[in-house]
Amino acid sequence: MAHSEDEILAGLAEIVNEETGLPTDAVTTDKSFTEDLDIDSLTMMTVVSVAEEKFGVTIPDEEVKNLATVGDAVRYIAQAQS
Amino acid sequence: MTNHVVITGLGVTSPLGGDVASTWEAALAGRSGVNTLEHDWVEQYDAPVRFAGELAVPAAEVLSVPETRRMDPSAQYAVVAAREAWADAGSPELDPTRLATVVASGIGGVWTLLSQWDNYKEKGPRRVSPLTVPMLMPNAPSAQVSMLVGARAGAHTPVSACASGAEAIGYAAQIILSGRADVVLAGGTEAPIHPLPLAAFARMQALSTRNDDPQGASRPYDVTRDGFVMGEGAGIVVLERESHARARGAHIYARIAGFGITSDAADIAAPSPEGQERAMRAALAESELSASDIVHVNAHATSTPVGDMGEAGVIAKVLGDRAAVSATKSMTGHLLGGAGALETIFTVLALRDRKAPPTINVTQPEPDLPIDLVRDVPRDLPAGDVAAFNNGFGFGGHNASLIIASV
Repeated sequence: MAHSEDEILAGLAEIVNEETGLPTDAVTTDKSFTEDLDIDSLTMMTVVSVAEEKFGVTIPDEEVKNLATVGDAVRYIAQAQS
Repeated sequence: MTNHVVITGLGVTSPLGGDVASTWEAALAGRSGVNTLEHDWVEQYDAPVRFAGELAVPAAEVLSVPETRRMDPSAQYAVVAAREAWADAGSPELDPTRLATVVASGIGGVWTLLSQWDNYKEKGPRRVSPLTVPMLMPNAPSAQVSMLVGARAGAHTPVSACASGAEAIGYAAQIILSGRADVVLAGGTEAPIHPLPLAAFARMQALSTRNDDPQGASRPYDVTRDGFVMGEGAGIVVLERESHARARGAHIYARIAGFGITSDAADIAAPSPEGQERAMRAALAESELSASDIVHVNAHATSTPVGDMGEAGVIAKVLGDRAAVSATKSMTGHLLGGAGALETIFTVLALRDRKAPPTINVTQPEPDLPIDLVRDVPRDLPAGDVAAFNNGFGFGGHNASLIIASV
């Protein structure tokens, strides 16, 4: 079953919270993973890995660098699951 | 002497308590931290040994969710103990390039390694966590502790099985004496309570299988002992150059008076009394103390049929029968790479309070036991300038002996 973009955002916020301790309400679509959320590449790979399992999608390693903002990730996951 | 190495902070998480005070109180009361394991995997995998000394306060209760997700339990325990030790030392402000860590592990991140292999088999290679390597590597606890306190003079990890924790503290003292650092966080950690290590140690016939009496299973020097009891946890001490500690007015618990380390070059698993004796004598020689100054020994004494009596003979040979000998693994189980560190802390506290902790479960002591074993209740230790041994011996023929002296 496909998740809505709101559900994906909420799910990503939970993952980021569990991996980094950032509050879920800090994870909004306009935020840059590196610039705003201070997520390093290893943590980003972990977030992606957990998100793949949670949403039943595959995010190829070469795509991860294109996911600059939380919104990019939400849109990618929404399209990948359809 | 201005270059003595002193102990200015203690931290513990153990089967007896989540910190130093609760662990020591339980030890003096002669309580067992060993219990029947309640995990689903015990039945699921038909575990041959169904009890162990699990942490009295689970690490997840005191760490954040990201900390528990990004560190193997072995590193989590080290961080819990290091936080307490560092706070106990007064969280001193100092040059980070003069601060080091030496945190040992016997096995490393075995939970991470095996659970990620499970993930791989069940879900494929993409489900292997990107954090697998930084979590499973045996140096991770030392690295995590170095990040916790900002230690930049070196982060080390001696790996010498069950001698690791004692070896770490000895190395830390040597680092200070070498001039490379003024303060070192040192100790050991282990999180081995997983079906594979339990089965593997059981296959060596090293573990007690007293499944019907977990709390009575660890019984060093008792004629009915049948192996050690696995435990988990960590102990960390803050070691400091004495002049540095005095200059900042730190509380000083005790000093490291001597350290002896030897290898047997004999057998990969069986202990060698000869190597153990050389370690104890080397520590005594370095300390410039005499055997009569030693009032207490925290023995390695794991409750194995062979090991206990070998060590008892060595203690008697080196010290005679005057020292009060305690086998605290009777209460904590055997923390493997964490054991020597936890027991160094017990030794420090025994000197502070002048009370040797009891050895429990010894109902039928070996008839030819050549040492003065402290049984059931604590034993008062003499006043004045005194010292105590802590022994740690490991598979591979590793022998580490520390002498702790009162200040």
